[in-house]
Amino acid sequence: MPVKSYLAIPLEGKKDELISALRNFEQCEVVPAKNQDVLALVTDTPNQKVEEVLKEKIEAINSLKLLSLVSGFNTPYN
Amino acid sequence: MNKSVTNRRSFIKKMAMISAMTAAATMFPGILFAKEQEEGIPEDANLDWKKGPCRFCGVGCGILVGIENGKAVAVKGDPNSSVNKGLLCVKGYHQIMCIQSKDRLTHALVKKNGKYVQTPLNEALDIVANKMKDTISEHGKDAVAMYTSGQSTIPEGYVASKFMKGAIGTNNLDCNARLCMASAVTGFLTTFGTDEPMGCYEDIDHADYFITWGNNMAEMHPVLFSRMLEQKSQRSAKIIDFATRTTRSSLASDRSILFEPQTDLAVANAICYEIIKNKWVNNSFVEKHCNFSKGLTNMGYGLEDNYKFTDKPEKIDFEAYKEFLKDYSPEKVSRYSKVSVRDIKYLAAIYGDPNTKIVSYWCMGVNQHTRGTWMNNLIYNIHLLTGKISQPGNGPFSLTGQPSACGTAREVGTFTHKLPHGVVMNPKDREMAAKIWKVPVERIPAKPTYHATEMFRAVDRGDIKFIWTQATNPLVSLPKTSRYRPGMEKKSCFVVVSDVFPTPTSDVADVILPASWHIEKDGLYGNSERRTQHWNKMVDAPGEATADAWMFIEVAKRMGYGDLFPYSKENHVEEIYNEYRQFHEGTKHGLAPLEVLKKESGVIWPYVEGKSTQWRFNAKYDPACSNGEDFDFYGKPDGKAIIWQRPFEEAPEKPDQEYPFWLNTGRVIEHWHTGSMTRRIPVLHQAMPNAYVEFHPDDAKSLGISNGENIKITSRRGSCTLPASINQRGLPTKGQVFVPFFDENMLINDVTLDAFCPISKEPDYKKCAVKVEKA
Repeated sequence: MPVKSYLAIPLEGKKDELISALRNFEQCEVVPAKNQDVLALVTDTPNQKVEEVLKEKIEAINSLKLLSLVSGFNTPYN
Repeated sequence: MNKSVTNRRSFIKKMAMISAMTAAATMFPGILFAKEQEEGIPEDANLDWKKGPCRFCGVGCGILVGIENGKAVAVKGDPNSSVNKGLLCVKGYHQIMCIQSKDRLTHALVKKNGKYVQTPLNEALDIVANKMKDTISEHGKDAVAMYTSGQSTIPEGYVASKFMKGAIGTNNLDCNARLCMASAVTGFLTTFGTDEPMGCYEDIDHADYFITWGNNMAEMHPVLFSRMLEQKSQRSAKIIDFATRTTRSSLASDRSILFEPQTDLAVANAICYEIIKNKWVNNSFVEKHCNFSKGLTNMGYGLEDNYKFTDKPEKIDFEAYKEFLKDYSPEKVSRYSKVSVRDIKYLAAIYGDPNTKIVSYWCMGVNQHTRGTWMNNLIYNIHLLTGKISQPGNGPFSLTGQPSACGTAREVGTFTHKLPHGVVMNPKDREMAAKIWKVPVERIPAKPTYHATEMFRAVDRGDIKFIWTQATNPLVSLPKTSRYRPGMEKKSCFVVVSDVFPTPTSDVADVILPASWHIEKDGLYGNSERRTQHWNKMVDAPGEATADAWMFIEVAKRMGYGDLFPYSKENHVEEIYNEYRQFHEGTKHGLAPLEVLKKESGVIWPYVEGKSTQWRFNAKYDPACSNGEDFDFYGKPDGKAIIWQRPFEEAPEKPDQEYPFWLNTGRVIEHWHTGSMTRRIPVLHQAMPNAYVEFHPDDAKSLGISNGENIKITSRRGSCTLPASINQRGLPTKGQVFVPFFDENMLINDVTLDAFCPISKEPDYKKCAVKVEKA
């Protein structure tokens, strides 16, 4: 049951678009930086396979310039 | 999903988010996640939010701590604080995570037969009081000493001063703020006759240019830097970084100008030379509001024990000052500063342009300098010559490193020479202290004794037989710990350490006292912009951990001074603050009443008729101005500030054939000072688990050193082995290496030199000579 965190960098002028796109995924939590074009992103999925599918979907978002993995945890629910 | 904040999965998600934010903070200077905390808190969380100041750095951000079932579980920026306007940096945001650390000091420990034995606090305080009393009766009152902190609260500093100077009658009290901003104090006193910046953070909203002198604000003062970046993006304000190393601040600046260590003295004079040569002097301001002086030169560097120095100021005139500056033409200075003539002229033109507003910021690069007082004077010279001072967006501003270096160390006066108002050398100041403290005036000695470095030399020599340190970690933070650690280990000195966590300093203690963390007690801090901030206790401290102020009072009572400390345990903070306020009554330093501080997110002094004074010495804003002019530098008897003639002098130790590199030391964004708190915050520790030594890539290449390779750094004092870092966090100039000092397992201060500014007695951690070799 992986929890992963990323830094997501939008294409120029597409920060709001990227935020909306990521928030459309139930498994994503997004916190945008106030003063930079960077988003902190946490994904919470039930297993590795779902995580991989989600990552592929995120990487397919048009407004995304770069997705960089920061940390990964694999843990049971509570 | 379960939404309890304390459930494990929610915690892990929060940690993951924190990791991402921390990574971002190391990659993007000044980055802020304003709503980060709210995003992480479930809507149904029933948190009670309590206001207070941040525990780290001197910026003094307002925080709101979320309390759930008696535990601190969340922190967010206080939107009502004008300092940070709801923003926080990575350290501020994570601060409460350290207090539940497994190795927290929760009970007193007394060393018996070489082992620490858990001891009831009352018994430990008996031991401390008896030992202090016995030492005084056997060796005299100057055989006992106290070393406190810019992290001590205002009441803690006040009680320490009253206890040592008013009750015992010794000036053997100094603090770790000596290591970080003593040069700023002596700079202010010599130029203006009164301490602390004339401006405030609101200057950021008005300035056209920010010139940072040896100051990596993106990592050390990130919230202020983010405010500067905001002005850069909204108003095209410019940031010029003037430093000896390329940092995250340099990368985010409009221009980065590098100089050879120590030559900032010469460049500052060259800027003044250019201002005068190009007729950019604000003549009416200088004529009305400035005098010129010179002092002694070739003062030495304090390298020998019992070093003494007293400056002998001598008045000069503007013509003599101009003559002196002839040695500092940009062409001459460029030769040894390695700053191009063009860049010197560029800096001078910015300061000289009458249509631009400029704030100069500095911190340790200028203060931790063997000519730190002079460097402070020289930056003031530039602002005084151009009249760009004490106005919104125009002014010199020395930043501080600790949350109450100003409020406690400087204002309460926990230095050997200081009293809560004024200095021990001044009979009137001693009389005021004696009256408020209700002690005979003769009890307060008129002579200062040991400043920080000399205090630990005295421990090593065996002159000090008892020392009590609080909220500080000198065996990591002092320069030349290779001498002072063995000194503290000697049997000749009884060591008491009061702290929240075990440290290398508590490792040598005879008694360890468990201290409360700041939100576990009532308190007050004072930040860099003269803002006093109050908070109420938010959570209970674990075990027998107790506020330092109350432990001082308990020891004082046991030593027979109970009548001087008639405070109640429940209300001692309020009672002490009300007593302390008497020292600063009046328009020049009036402090806000506690009722006001309880409501507001901090109040700037002087607080006069219900208002903060944001710009001192300017008659438009400062009711203390009384000379009928636009400006009144009332700290000086004639109301005039001093433009000082201060030359360039070499550093005490320079690279040579045997030790061919400069060593510069400093901090990183993830850790606060010696890391005793931030290294116990898992996400910060994971982000920066150990210290390192930075090389210029050309030096690394010529030495055949690669990233991560273990390198031994050796000076004439000692050595330290660390992994190499090339083209990572920072980039030192060729011939220089940089090491952060937060890591107690890699003690770079075993290597540094204990030379200090002869006027401020602040050590220089930025310059000594080392050799490097593969370990």
